[in-house]
Amino acid sequence: MDELLLRDLTPAVIGVLVRRGVDFATAEDAVQEALVQAATTWADGRPDDPKGWLVTVAWRRFLDAHRAESARRDREERVELEPPPGPTVDVDDTLEVFFLGAHPSLSPASAVALTLRAVGGLTTRQIADAYLVPEATMAQRISRARRTVADARFDRPGDLGTVLRVLYLVFNEGYSGDVDLAAEAIRLARQLAGLTDDEETAGLLALMLLHHARRPARTRPDGSLVPLAEQDRGRWDTDLIAEGVAILQGALARDRHGEFQVQAAIAALHADAPRADETDWVQIVAWYDELLALTGSPVVALNRAVAVGEADGARAGLAALAGVDPSVPRRTAASAHLHERAGDLPTAAGLYADAAAAASNLAERHHLTRQAARVRQGLLRPDAAHGRRADGDG
Amino acid sequence: MPKFLLLKHYRGAPAAVNDVPMAEWTPEEVDAHIRYMRDFAARLEETGEYVSGDALSPDGTFVRSQGGGRPPITDGPFAETKDLIAGWMIIDVDSHDRAVELAGELSAAPGANGEPIHEWLELRPFLQQPPASTCHTD
Repeated sequence: MDELLLRDLTPAVIGVLVRRGVDFATAEDAVQEALVQAATTWADGRPDDPKGWLVTVAWRRFLDAHRAESARRDREERVELEPPPGPTVDVDDTLEVFFLGAHPSLSPASAVALTLRAVGGLTTRQIADAYLVPEATMAQRISRARRTVADARFDRPGDLGTVLRVLYLVFNEGYSGDVDLAAEAIRLARQLAGLTDDEETAGLLALMLLHHARRPARTRPDGSLVPLAEQDRGRWDTDLIAEGVAILQGALARDRHGEFQVQAAIAALHADAPRADETDWVQIVAWYDELLALTGSPVVALNRAVAVGEADGARAGLAALAGVDPSVPRRTAASAHLHERAGDLPTAAGLYADAAAAASNLAERHHLTRQAARVRQGLLRPDAAHGRRADGDG
Repeated sequence: MPKFLLLKHYRGAPAAVNDVPMAEWTPEEVDAHIRYMRDFAARLEETGEYVSGDALSPDGTFVRSQGGGRPPITDGPFAETKDLIAGWMIIDVDSHDRAVELAGELSAAPGANGEPIHEWLELRPFLQQPPASTCHTD
């Protein structure tokens, strides 16, 4: 498909222009124009050398813009830039464009926007649609981001960790509008994994694939959430799971664990269980111990407490939960779940209602309101209790 | 086409007829309510009258500038504050009558015992753009 090919080539073509001395923002604009032209010209047949075609067209666009700029400044004496021959060495600067898009000097929202445009080759309108903001707002965000990285050069090593965090942010945005951001994040992570020999990049790709595999089972047709324990595992995408597990095993074998690899390992253990009650919670707790040691994150401590509740019983889970910072989001929901499993239904019903009021999204609020209703119904009419499990996803 | 804001309140509106808190409904009643709200918005999208809608967290903070280069101060949430907005829907309709009709439908979303809640929704017209041409100048 031409559109995907074009978007795959986008960062490499920007890289060629920047290496020829064009500043990043100008290069990025010229390449976007070349993409637009390709979309119409290639309809009659794709060129033999798509990347060379894009470089040539983008370079011409840059020259046109540059000449117009020179004329406007009335500097005819300025030496006319001649297109140099194509790159003498075959350098692929795609990775450098990844580093620029997610430059550490950018705020997360700016890095996300710039990465989707410069690396992902999406138009400003598509990015604006995906994030539900006006196109003019997104255009400003991108243009400010480009100014921030204007002085960055390709000669310094980039920060891979920042790139991974930006891709994970994109992945977690899911999909709205006509762009599937989760699929886009996976595409970019695949590209990045092909450019680097890094365990955490592989770990992130594996984590995304394993989560994406569950997506068909994660929501009902009406949009409501299905907890992990209740998902129809027959609807999980086994190809994605197999690919994710293979990538993860390759990374873990090199024994340089990082947080994405460990999160992927936990996701893989869930994927490996044919039924929810066959989940290897003891191993999952062990991975959470490692993840907690790596990150010190209170969110990880919360998820670990839920896993302890599954491995060693609800009382043990509540004991682990006692040490978790009360301000961590979803702590109340986890507490409700553990109290329910410990048989303390009145407390559980109240906590589910509290958690629903504090939920940060509608799907979660609806889910927790239903849980409160279900437990309360069980209290009023014990025979009506469904005995359904209430685990959060991960 | 005038635009209207439909406001739903956590508190501050007069009591609904079927005034049972959602936490005390059955799971089926919760599902029926959510389905009704979703179908309502979907139907308005089909008729070309839906603009946007969102829900708000009950948490909130009051903020004001202190001036003099000092950081703003925050306060609240205030329990005694009468008005607490839960969410809104913006509709773009032919007339005020149509807006009232739609607000009435939304107010009849099912609640406890599957009965309509008959809650009070606030209907607020948007101030409009000045017309491009008026009879005074044309």
